[in-house]
Amino acid sequence: MSLTTASYDEQVSQHAVEVVDLRMRYGTTTAVDGLSLSVEAGTVTAILGPNGAGKTTTIETCEGFRVPQSGSVRVLGLDPILDAKKLRPRVGVMLQSGGAWSGSRAHEMLRHMASLHAHPLDVDLLIERLGMHNYGRTPYRRLSGGQQQRLSLAMAIVGRPDVLFLDEPTAGLDPQARRATWDLISELRGHGVTTVLTTHFMDEAEALSDHVHIVDAGRLIASGTVAELAVAGADDTIRFTATPGLDVTALMAALPLDTKVTEPASGSYVVTGTIDPGLVAAITGWLAQHEVLAGTMHIKRQTLEDRFLDLTGRTLR
Amino acid sequence: MTHLDLSPRPGAAPIGVMLRHQTQMELRLLSRNGEQMLLTLIIPLVLIVLGARSDRIVDLGPGRPVDIITPGILALAVLSTSFTSLAIATGFERRYGVIKRLGASPLPRWAFMAGKIAAIAIVEVAQLAILISVGLALGWSPDARVVSWLQALALVVLGTAAFGALGLLIAGTMRAEATLAVANLVYVLLLVGGGLIVPLDRYPETAQHVLAMLPSGALGQGLRDTFAGLGPQPFSIVVLIVWAASCGLGVSRMFKWE
Repeated sequence: MSLTTASYDEQVSQHAVEVVDLRMRYGTTTAVDGLSLSVEAGTVTAILGPNGAGKTTTIETCEGFRVPQSGSVRVLGLDPILDAKKLRPRVGVMLQSGGAWSGSRAHEMLRHMASLHAHPLDVDLLIERLGMHNYGRTPYRRLSGGQQQRLSLAMAIVGRPDVLFLDEPTAGLDPQARRATWDLISELRGHGVTTVLTTHFMDEAEALSDHVHIVDAGRLIASGTVAELAVAGADDTIRFTATPGLDVTALMAALPLDTKVTEPASGSYVVTGTIDPGLVAAITGWLAQHEVLAGTMHIKRQTLEDRFLDLTGRTLR
Repeated sequence: MTHLDLSPRPGAAPIGVMLRHQTQMELRLLSRNGEQMLLTLIIPLVLIVLGARSDRIVDLGPGRPVDIITPGILALAVLSTSFTSLAIATGFERRYGVIKRLGASPLPRWAFMAGKIAAIAIVEVAQLAILISVGLALGWSPDARVVSWLQALALVVLGTAAFGALGLLIAGTMRAEATLAVANLVYVLLLVGGGLIVPLDRYPETAQHVLAMLPSGALGQGLRDTFAGLGPQPFSIVVLIVWAASCGLGVSRMFKWE
């Protein structure tokens, strides 16, 4: 125990959030199974995973709602439960749903949350920024899902926290509101706020985050920047159609060493390797030399989504 | 036009400020709810007027009806606010994740509870002031000694603690819908047959013993005895303390915050 604590304290200095070997079980279900991850201060980090992967359990343990059954969690170097008094003012929380009295009015609820903090954001400016002026007197229970989400986000940031935990912040939002939320999170990062968000939207993780942790069945299965994760997967591909029976060996010889060409179906070719403009030019150049006209050509780079599906499996659970 | 400064500047508001805002919020939410008003004011008002005017609906026993019914109505007001309203509101707070969300805010949990207690106390003061005034206007003549009023105050505080703890225990362990049903059912049962309004000696003898051990019987009879100038029986006080302590212990052990 003392050994892990020592190495742990050294890591804490750069990391806003540090989860070490967290295990959480509900009855016979293991929700989190030895998860370790860290979040660098001042970054946006996405915890990406399918439903039931343990994202919410992990983030709620960081928020101090759950006691780690084994392993440890530190936020800003503090224990979310033992140091709650110190930590709570520094952390902004957006729950997956709810969090406001059903009879409270939107602005009233936001002002109430602001009143619990020493130096809250200017509530009127925040309302304007998030486009919340049209439903200020509407009771929470009559707000649309998207309006509730925006109120919940506003409540998370109004206390001007150092660290934000957002559990599926854009679930149920229309595309404009999603963009607005992304912009706000990016702007908060510009001011030095650390954000940890859960999502199962690949594009969200891709557009927003400096760092992505892919979680499945309670375990961390991949971790890195969006670019790193996308590249780390299977190679990129170019598919083209042309006259059947081309000499693929000759074509391969004309291309960089790591490139492979196959003809899985007659007249349909697949090139795998590192896709860059040079490779595309080399292929079309070789085809031109041999007076072959390519029919269609598709360039497909690995996206985070491909990587995610490769890692977590393509079947629905 | 000033600019929205998003840079971090965390900090909790002073505890006094948080408590004030929390209490005000609770009071606003209570006052916004129509059923709550019905429960806390309209029903007791109707009953006090009916009961004081007629002894034909329920035979309250010897003495002037208004003197018998008014202390019982005061006990009913305490039941409605500290038990039924509190249980229902808290049940739905759990359901909507309010307690959870506030648990992640700078507001300490004890301050969340303190805000509730303060709101209940304020509502009860208003309720009791109105009901006492109406009772007096209808001819109620309570024992006027200061000691009787102080005894009544102590009973109200103990009754609030007992009913409040019971309400929180139900709200903290059951689903919101079940809490709603149970809280209303208990209110009606205790109103009709809990020794709250009808003096215990009007019940069959075996029932009297059971009712005297309920917080409703203890509070109702305690207030009737007190305003008759007899002072509360020690047994009534013990019953209220035992209910408050055991339910309070249950709350501290079993209350689920989400």
